[in-house]
Amino acid sequence: MHTTHEYTPPPLPPPFHHHHQTTPANPPTLLTQGAEAHLYKTHYLSAAHPAALKIRPSKPYRHPILDRRLTRQRILQEARCLAKLVREGVSVPALYAVDWEGQTVTDADTGAERYGGAWLLMEWVEGDVVRVVVREWEGYMLRHFGDDRDVDGHVERKREEDRMKDFLRRIGGAVGKLHAAGVIHGDLTTSNLILRGTNLGVKKEGEGDAVDEGRDGLGHVGLEGEVVLIDFGLAGQSVQDEDRAVDLYVLERAFGSTHPRTEGFFAEVLEGYRASYRGSVSVLKRLEEVRMRGRKKSMLG
Amino acid sequence: MDLSRISILEKKTTEFSVPKSIACAMSSSLLETIDLAHLPPSMPVYVALYRDVKNAASLRQQLISGNADFEYAFIDASMVLSRAHALSAVFRAVNDSINGRLKSRNVHSEIVFSFSPANNIAESFRKFGIADSTKDLLVIKVSTTPEITHDSVAAHLSQHVEGSVVPFDDDTLSNIADVTKIKKAYKLGALKTPPPTQPNGTHDDGTKQLELSVLGAIALRGAT
Repeated sequence: MHTTHEYTPPPLPPPFHHHHQTTPANPPTLLTQGAEAHLYKTHYLSAAHPAALKIRPSKPYRHPILDRRLTRQRILQEARCLAKLVREGVSVPALYAVDWEGQTVTDADTGAERYGGAWLLMEWVEGDVVRVVVREWEGYMLRHFGDDRDVDGHVERKREEDRMKDFLRRIGGAVGKLHAAGVIHGDLTTSNLILRGTNLGVKKEGEGDAVDEGRDGLGHVGLEGEVVLIDFGLAGQSVQDEDRAVDLYVLERAFGSTHPRTEGFFAEVLEGYRASYRGSVSVLKRLEEVRMRGRKKSMLG
Repeated sequence: MDLSRISILEKKTTEFSVPKSIACAMSSSLLETIDLAHLPPSMPVYVALYRDVKNAASLRQQLISGNADFEYAFIDASMVLSRAHALSAVFRAVNDSINGRLKSRNVHSEIVFSFSPANNIAESFRKFGIADSTKDLLVIKVSTTPEITHDSVAAHLSQHVEGSVVPFDDDTLSNIADVTKIKKAYKLGALKTPPPTQPNGTHDDGTKQLELSVLGAIALRGAT
């Protein structure tokens, strides 16, 4: 299957290499390519179930047996977390299918057989990531109220800030629900949270004027909807205060560096977290210790 | 959907909804042809749903005696929540089959096994497969060879299954499904679902969560 296109995405493992003429959304389209995984948009069973396909390709520099074992372990860890969280009613993409064994792929050039990596199919969550939502909101605030952040008494601004605070408390609540279910995310950033149903139509480079369906006539940024946690590639099961506090600490640091203008409101995330489950208070106490010393508890590594 | 392409005997769809007008026009044969996304186009899946089946015991006997003409996945439809539930089991079985990972005799027995969240094949047949007392029956056939066509399957089924054909859609399935039994089979008793006497089959949150939990269990069977 060699073409002369300028860029050829990595070959898809079976069964995703079949190209149906009858199903319009095929083949899967590559969205992002990280060090550990490739993410595609496709669908499951039929177009009625849009899906995200995560492929963990094999790493040719690793010993084959170790490679297979690590890949299997990690894809299964993620799949188990998703399945468990759906059962617990936490807002995450549902697990549709997973192949942890991986496939043997025949190399087109050499004819040699190699390990093709494992994959996971999950529910597609439509919406903007919180990073984009907050950034758009910050832009809106700057355009309407200027840079003077100390002026009080502006009713309109107060209302906008209250909307943002409510949104942040819902984020805290979503993280609290996750922790209450016994799962640690491992990489909480505002890019790993989606506000379901929003469509801010943010312009990408090279695009013309994008539609702003996420805003009303006045240009308000929509902050309503369900907060969904995504990317459980580094997640694990734990009920330790320490692990939970580190999750919050990572989010706090990520928030501070990504959204400096909104950093002052981060306390609302913690407030939402506090109210979300029993046991949150001791985690927040632990968070103060983690802030003092940083993410790593031991001095190793 | 292009109505002109649909005759009473042949209906090919990749969508989930079955228009009511077509469903009513179907009489003896309502065998649906489904191309599942990502599976080889050469392997369409034929599905038919029957109610008030009179000869479940004799159909089961054909399976037990290993009659090759009766190589179907015969599912007790009271154990099926939705189309996505049934088709997930098919997807898993066909994918395992393509990758040479069948745990049971063939892809059709594997479909029955794929409904199960546990690794015991005999138990999966007891829970999800046809029983002598089965009244509502879901029949699934994968076209594993070119000789297996819509017409050959439709003809064979209309000859041997004594029951009334109903559309394979979520509305019909939700009327047949025994949610309590399904929750027990998937060990999801703690999930909150609406009482079965809910007016019309609206897909509310509890039902949706049950369905998604079931899909996760099917996907993860055998993970150690």
